[in-house]
Amino acid sequence: MSAAQIAPPRPFRQRHWRLAAFGRDWAAVAAALLLLTIGGMAVLAPLIGAYDPYEANNLLRFAPPGAPGHSLGTDQQGRDMLARLVWGGRVSLLVGVVPTVLASIIGLGLGILAGYARGIVDQIIMRVLDVLFAFPMVLLAIAVAGVLTPGVGTEIVSITIVLIPYVGRLARTATLSVVTMPYIEAARAAGGSPLAILLRYVLPNVLSPIVVYATTLMGLMIVVGSGLSFLGLGVQPPVADWGAMVADGRVVLRRAPHVTVLPGVVILAVSLAFNFLGDGLRDALDPRTGRR
Amino acid sequence: MTGPSMSGGDIALDVRNLRTRFGPQHGGVIAVDGVSLTLRRGRTTALVGESGSGKSVTALSIMGLIEPPGRVIDGTVLLDGRDLRTASDREMEAIRGARIGMVFQDPLTSLNPALTIGSQIAETILAHEPVSAAAAHARAVTLLEHVGVADAAARAQDYPHHFSGGMRQRVLIAAAIACRPGIIIADEPTTALDVTVQAKILRLLHDLQQEMHASLLLITHDLGVVASMADDVLVMYAGRVLEHADVDTLFHAPKHPYTRALLGCIAGIEDDRTAPLQPIEGLPPDLRNPPPGCRFAPRCVHAVAACTAAVPALQTIADGHSVACFRAMEALGDD
Repeated sequence: MSAAQIAPPRPFRQRHWRLAAFGRDWAAVAAALLLLTIGGMAVLAPLIGAYDPYEANNLLRFAPPGAPGHSLGTDQQGRDMLARLVWGGRVSLLVGVVPTVLASIIGLGLGILAGYARGIVDQIIMRVLDVLFAFPMVLLAIAVAGVLTPGVGTEIVSITIVLIPYVGRLARTATLSVVTMPYIEAARAAGGSPLAILLRYVLPNVLSPIVVYATTLMGLMIVVGSGLSFLGLGVQPPVADWGAMVADGRVVLRRAPHVTVLPGVVILAVSLAFNFLGDGLRDALDPRTGRR
Repeated sequence: MTGPSMSGGDIALDVRNLRTRFGPQHGGVIAVDGVSLTLRRGRTTALVGESGSGKSVTALSIMGLIEPPGRVIDGTVLLDGRDLRTASDREMEAIRGARIGMVFQDPLTSLNPALTIGSQIAETILAHEPVSAAAAHARAVTLLEHVGVADAAARAQDYPHHFSGGMRQRVLIAAAIACRPGIIIADEPTTALDVTVQAKILRLLHDLQQEMHASLLLITHDLGVVASMADDVLVMYAGRVLEHADVDTLFHAPKHPYTRALLGCIAGIEDDRTAPLQPIEGLPPDLRNPPPGCRFAPRCVHAVAACTAAVPALQTIADGHSVACFRAMEALGDD
């Protein structure tokens, strides 16, 4: 018995199994590195790059990638593509990440409350979410953005509202399956208060599908945000997010495809990266995929 | 409550005429229909019956854990003279886990997969006692050692899926006794386990109960478990107690035809192998539409007209032995 008292320090892999599980997924690690790089460039945009993203240069329009001084070329007004992509990322990432995080927190709260309380509380919350859910995602975002003044704040608010029912439904469904588990009854039999059970037993078991789902939504929301900008309901010219850059470039697609393709590729890469990140997080959040 | 002299100081829990219904008043199911039982300190009471006989519902009714549309509709559950049926939610939370510990049937799903073993046991302690999280965790490790988990300090950091079924049941037992409750309710604690592990878990439960001088309410359908563990036995059928006796009487001089039929269903190692086991013909009644009179009458080989005309009351026929059968005092041959 006494020999068992002295537990040897456990290896790093066991103590930090979440990190270890994530590290095993090379796609997720690569995705995280890519997102960190792009995010870092966006945050540090004012400090890096030699060009003003809004400064037109009519002498150097449609420079192809690799042109001297402009590694990714210039657009139809001769603005540096690299600078515009970096600055565009500030808006696109903000619009992809912030509303998703906000909507996840609100949707998670509402969904868990609905699934745990059931009865009339459930009915009220879910019927309101159903009404929001009944509208097509982009249409609802347009409607909300339309009644507010255009801008980044409006984009964030409208996308948040659009996302809440998606997260809320998932959270409620996950909660409903968790509350029927025997361990909830066991927790009640051990004298756990409803609040303690909610926070220590329901929430941790509902959280991981929500985090994974939210991560994949971020990529989609960059696209939705771009759509709003394209319709003039988001950021206003000359500020451009990646979606607006794609939209601007389409009229010169044949003459200078890189003006459209480059932001398109960045949107694709970031969306994919968020998806891979979500897969990696799922493994990292589920204790069962840790060590055996 | 005027002191222990009233009803004997060794009574830990006294349940009188408990009735629990699921569904509406008319057309609902009375899953527990007038069950009375007394748990004594240091003794093990077994509640035996087939699936659906109301054993688990009885336990959950005692704990106040019946969820709507179910409801305890009648009876008293006296713990130290306090009727738990009139206790508030807060009071029940304070009693559950601290005064009455419960071990569940399925150790695979009765542990939270997202919490480490140590924190789950600590959770129970923290719910009831004003101790620090570190102190609760240290006690959890001691408890794990106590229930026979080797390398407890390290194992407390593990998640439930790292444990085998038997080890998880040890963990659940550790959590149930964390606050040294006077009463332990074990609902089919070994049903989901391998036979070799069953014996170890039963031994552990027995040792802990003796050591803590606690009452153990053991719910099982396994008469072998009853024979090895119980002091008193209640036989339940379709929501009612049909026979109540000490373990020797029940196995050697059972009076109720159902008890005798149950005993006829188990094979002993010394039995003549050419003699067939005696299954009980028919199925337990549908509780939505229970038969009139004695609920076992439709399957009973000794049933007479009186059995379907009225409900036989649980009558004391000897000290500590009661039977609910009109023909209990007759010398009934087996078929």
